[in-house]
Amino acid sequence: MLHTLNRAPVGLVAGMLALALVAAACGGNDGSASENPGGKGDELSAELLGAGASFPDPLYQTWIGEYTTNAQPGVSIQYESIGSGGGRERFIDQQTDFAGSDAYMSDEEIADAVEARGCGDVVHIPMVFGGVVIAYNIEGLDDLILDSATIADIFSGEITNINDPAIADLNPGVDLPDQELTVTVRADGSGTTSIFTTYLEDEDDDWARDYGSGDEIEWFGDQVAGEQNDGVAAAIAQQPGGIGYVSLEFAVQQNLPFASVINDDDNPVEPSTDSVGKAVEGLDLPDDLRFDVLGVGGEGYPIAGATWVLAYTCDMDEAKAAALKDYLTWALDEGDSFAADLGYAPLSDATEELSLEKVEQINAEG
Amino acid sequence: MPSTTSSTTPLKRGLRASRRQSLADPAFRWFLTLTGLSVLLVLAWMIVSTTSQAWPVFEKEGFNLFFSSEWNPGNARDGTIQGTYGGFQFLYGTIVSAALAMAFALPLAIGIALYLTQLAPKRIARPLTYAVDLLAAVPSIIYGLWGSLFVVPMLLPFMNWMSQKLGPWLPMFEGPVRVRNLFVTSLVLGIMVLPITSAVIREVFAQVPRDERLAGFGLGATRWEVMRHVVVARSKAGIIGGSMLGLGRALGETIAVLLIIGGNPRSEFRLFNTSQTVASQIAAAFKEASPEYIRALVALGVALFLVTIIVNVIARLVVSRLGHVTGDAAL
Repeated sequence: MLHTLNRAPVGLVAGMLALALVAAACGGNDGSASENPGGKGDELSAELLGAGASFPDPLYQTWIGEYTTNAQPGVSIQYESIGSGGGRERFIDQQTDFAGSDAYMSDEEIADAVEARGCGDVVHIPMVFGGVVIAYNIEGLDDLILDSATIADIFSGEITNINDPAIADLNPGVDLPDQELTVTVRADGSGTTSIFTTYLEDEDDDWARDYGSGDEIEWFGDQVAGEQNDGVAAAIAQQPGGIGYVSLEFAVQQNLPFASVINDDDNPVEPSTDSVGKAVEGLDLPDDLRFDVLGVGGEGYPIAGATWVLAYTCDMDEAKAAALKDYLTWALDEGDSFAADLGYAPLSDATEELSLEKVEQINAEG
Repeated sequence: MPSTTSSTTPLKRGLRASRRQSLADPAFRWFLTLTGLSVLLVLAWMIVSTTSQAWPVFEKEGFNLFFSSEWNPGNARDGTIQGTYGGFQFLYGTIVSAALAMAFALPLAIGIALYLTQLAPKRIARPLTYAVDLLAAVPSIIYGLWGSLFVVPMLLPFMNWMSQKLGPWLPMFEGPVRVRNLFVTSLVLGIMVLPITSAVIREVFAQVPRDERLAGFGLGATRWEVMRHVVVARSKAGIIGGSMLGLGRALGETIAVLLIIGGNPRSEFRLFNTSQTVASQIAAAFKEASPEYIRALVALGVALFLVTIIVNVIARLVVSRLGHVTGDAAL
């Protein structure tokens, strides 16, 4: 009895092993069969690795999923959402094929990257625009208009109550309750913070002098900080009088009430993918496409910024370069509807042309 | 058991080691020595690598890293340190939140341990022990989400009330009441350290000799008196030891704190306002940090390590002194 019990599992294991081997062999055959017709020229095959900004991550994952299942099944793309700063560092250290970043690289960073690469240059490819909205939790208040001066004063602790005369002036006919404000900001370093503070730095001299701009800044001291967009939104929702900034795509998904902001042409504009898209229309873009979205007028929502894909102009594996160019071209040409659905503003046609020109420069120096 | 019946000279065979067996003993001893040493090796490696990376920050800031509150990160890429890094506020927040957590956890842990070892009938004690241990298995992100999404809204009216009633007299309760604050952070931290603390204390209580307890009853002591003067009094060293394990966890807890504490450091003591700890500052900042800032965050980590060592050394001293006084129960 003991013997049979001992041996039974061995037979079972052997059987399973045999089955597994057969299965593996079949799998191997399948694999080589599908690789054979790869010589057509149209079908690309490469594995791309990218890392960086978490702000466009939901969109990038959607694009990648769509592209690798429907457009080019031979290409696999992995994008790790580790943050813009981390993405740029790994890109400089030559650990990735491309990077995602909410901020363009500084001259210093580009110099470091080119030195590490040993050739060529870095291209900045704007992919979509994102807006930053001022979300609030004030009972009985659904419509609020703010301008850069009041936003700067709120976020520097100088306006502490929503019924402040400066806010009342901008909202004639609105009954502003007596409600202390609690400023809520991002605890983690973030491109959202960078877009928001870059806007204030450009618009408000006091802000520029006292706070400046960046992924993380030293705030006035009495703010609450939440982790990621979710953390900020949860803190605003729980705190009566909570007011803070979150990215547009997040506010849209969460249905938060947010303020309209008066732009440089004195138009109060409600944030939406549409109005963020319009913000960029009149911009004069520099040749290297490293720009901030500032001084927005017309119908445009003024607190906005681009998110970039970074790539090198040289020394890329041929197959990888072809796949990356094809993917980025596809995303810029056909990815707009996914972007709008998720709350990102697609590029205008003119900007898209410029981005596509940059895509062509990837690995152009070989 | 079959060998005793089938073998002819069982005793002899059992005693004489084969060649392989005679090697097994020293080999096993070496293996164990190696595992013991590996702890020291890993620790030394960690200290050396972090300290060497953070060295420029130590060089520039010196003691300011511990005693100044000016924290203004720079973005240098060439290995220089351009920002100012005074970590006092983070260290302060870490120590205060951990100490408060222990203030919540310790009475509860002692109560649980007393109940489980002295009062509870076995059929209740068993499942309750498992339940307390189960608290340790909950991931800290869950504690963080639970604290920030459920505990805060539930306690908000209570905190507002406390702040209104006590705020005018005691600055620590002063408003405004923020939804991310030190109080809820410490409360959740207290629950997180409860399993480890109460497990150690439980073991120590269980070690108290039955004779002494019975002697106490024999002298006419009530249950309360026996617990107070025999069980607890005899276990002071163990209670402190358990607290130190809990404190260690509270000092280093990262993600749960990050979600509840509000990320804005303060050097004054306000229960219902935000604070920030070293660990959660590192977690919040490192993703977008420049190479220079990462060095500073590592330096902050080393500073926390030093503080933890100091706390532990003090605890050991206290334990060893109490141990001599009370006759060293268990630990």
